[in-house]
Amino acid sequence: MAWLVRNADQVAIAFVQHVGISLSALAIAFALALPIGVWAARNARVQAVALGVAGFLYTIPTLAFLALLIPVVGLGPANAIIAMVAFSLIVLIRNIATGIRQVPPDVVDAARGMGMSATQVLLRVELPLAVPLIIAGLRVAAVTVISVSVVAAYVNAGGLGTLIFNGIATDHPPKIWSGAIAACALAIAVDASLSALERRVRRRRMA
Amino acid sequence: MLAEAWRYLVAHPAPFATALAVHVALSAAALAIAAFVAIPAAIAANRRPALAIALANSANVGRTLPSLAVLALVMPVLGTGFVPSLLALTLLALPPIVQNTLAGLRSVEADIVDAARGMGMTAREILRRVELPIALPAIFAGLRTAAVQVVSGAVLAAFIGGGGLGDFITAGIAMMALPQLLVGAIPVTLLALGVDFGFGALQRRLTPAGLRA
Amino acid sequence: MIALDGVRKRFAGATTAAVDGVSLDVAAGEICVLIGPSGCGKTTTMRMINRMIDPDEGRILVDGRDIARVDPVELRRGIGYVIQQVGLFPHLTIAENVATVPRLLGWSAARVTQRVDELLALVDMDPALYRARFPRELSGGQKQRVGVARALAADPPLLLMDEPFGALDPLTRAALQDEFLRLLRELSKTIVFVTHDMDEALKLGTRIAVLREGRVVQYDTPAQLLAHPADAFVESFVGEDRALKRLALMTASRYAVPMALDAGAHRLQAGASLRDALALLLQDGARPLAVIDTRDVVVGGLDLQTIRAALAAAPSM
Repeated sequence: MAWLVRNADQVAIAFVQHVGISLSALAIAFALALPIGVWAARNARVQAVALGVAGFLYTIPTLAFLALLIPVVGLGPANAIIAMVAFSLIVLIRNIATGIRQVPPDVVDAARGMGMSATQVLLRVELPLAVPLIIAGLRVAAVTVISVSVVAAYVNAGGLGTLIFNGIATDHPPKIWSGAIAACALAIAVDASLSALERRVRRRRMA
Repeated sequence: MLAEAWRYLVAHPAPFATALAVHVALSAAALAIAAFVAIPAAIAANRRPALAIALANSANVGRTLPSLAVLALVMPVLGTGFVPSLLALTLLALPPIVQNTLAGLRSVEADIVDAARGMGMTAREILRRVELPIALPAIFAGLRTAAVQVVSGAVLAAFIGGGGLGDFITAGIAMMALPQLLVGAIPVTLLALGVDFGFGALQRRLTPAGLRA
Repeated sequence: MIALDGVRKRFAGATTAAVDGVSLDVAAGEICVLIGPSGCGKTTTMRMINRMIDPDEGRILVDGRDIARVDPVELRRGIGYVIQQVGLFPHLTIAENVATVPRLLGWSAARVTQRVDELLALVDMDPALYRARFPRELSGGQKQRVGVARALAADPPLLLMDEPFGALDPLTRAALQDEFLRLLRELSKTIVFVTHDMDEALKLGTRIAVLREGRVVQYDTPAQLLAHPADAFVESFVGEDRALKRLALMTASRYAVPMALDAGAHRLQAGASLRDALALLLQDGARPLAVIDTRDVVVGGLDLQTIRAALAAAPSM
């Protein structure tokens, strides 16, 4: 672990890169998934198609997907972000759609009866009530994205995976450990904090 | 582009066949071992609430770990090759099987177990005749998730000398040789999709008629 | 047939005992109803009879055997068990559900099939229609009929029933209670029946044990319970209208007396209850009623005075 102390800056840079690229991907994925999820909540056929396509994308092995993108976008962060977005869609769309569908119909009915427009019902009633499930979806998506990021270092996207690949190439176990453990720690921390957030948000809605 | 990839494949049948065989072997073995460990563990834990919570928490944490990180952690300890890859992949397959088996067993309503016990079934009979049949769809959902994860993870085994179709992909990327890359990427994608579809069909077939929604 | 002797049970972490010295005996062929408010220990008591719970103190004898010495699994296979939520196995057909205990006992397939059909017919469910269906396709009342059939499958001499009709709507409940009584007339079983519904207890019970805080406060026939409640608690539990409840248990033919009747007097079937008679009397300015038998012959009359006299006399059931 002496290596880690001496090279903390290297690890830190990789860490920041990793977080940065993960956050961007997550934001883009959510921006895409939200309108699709809302539409899927209203339309069963749209839901079937959306989940079918997203599910298909999710099943493609990570490295294969990244590799298949190379002829299209070359190497680099863009490649990684596209893959990460593609893998996150299924859980985000499914949770947004289910979250909205689970809103009790009588609540929506009351809101409409009070004179809210469809958009207002969505923004003030349905989405807020769907928040716990949406956070649950974001949690799984975040962990997925972090995992893909590690592999994406191989296509020059940066991040903690670079330490791992570098370590393997130079047969330098401390580097491998640092990268791997940092990635695991990041994943666990993100999962735990979003989990806690989900619980808090759920409790508030029960009251 | 695809034509070039096909020509490459036809020109190198043996390496491809080996890689494919290794990939399937790794995946199948990892899944089988994980199933043999995880399902009995979940069944045993189901009877003891404290153990069930501990097991569920471990599985939750395990599920979040990046696949490549797990493979990388194994390497300095066990070296490179088939066996370390197999171990890492088995570890990756355990969490979804555990989670889904626990969820499936927990979905059996308490009244049903009470009625079964009251009628004079032994614990083993309750497990065999009531709990497992009802939990079976969930168990297979877990196996399906784990199977896809393992096929995907086996691609990464290329990085720690495990062989498999990942070798073609990494070589293709390193040499910027598209045909070689495709020879790895497309078959493994088809393999993953096939496995997902196959397990899905199996899950549907094994769902007891009375439980189909 | 069943004897409970000083049975006590306290659950871990509880300050008071759930069952605090219960002694009861149930003769063969009787329906013993356990009734009481929530938490009185009636369900716990019942569940000790098939050793789903084991008592801390006391003995339970079934058919002369101390059940503490009997293997619980073997014991339960010889006792029918019906619970409120029924607990049908969702992954099995109705036939397979009913066949559960016979199969556990190793009956031959032919014997099992015959028995299943016999039982489904007994609970008024056409075997041809229902044999291959699944629990999720049935209504609440139908599920409970299957539950009863399943409990009777291996022909156990004893049945334990924990609020079996509690989850049903009042109409279905009344129908099932009637059917159950009819069924019992054909078979001869000993039943321990838990309920919190006094009307159900009075309707079904041979003897009723009123429990409170783990103890039996009174154990009597319905008529005795109504006529002579042991204390204020039993009295209030039985209900303000116990006079009417008593009348519901008394048949018109028994209490009709010879009297002068108008030609236009209302007619009441001999098998009707005195409560029905009272209702009819009140409807019509208390003009005396004619009680008629199945052949339309007048066997006597009833008026307010006779009914009052019937109540005052000692109950004879």
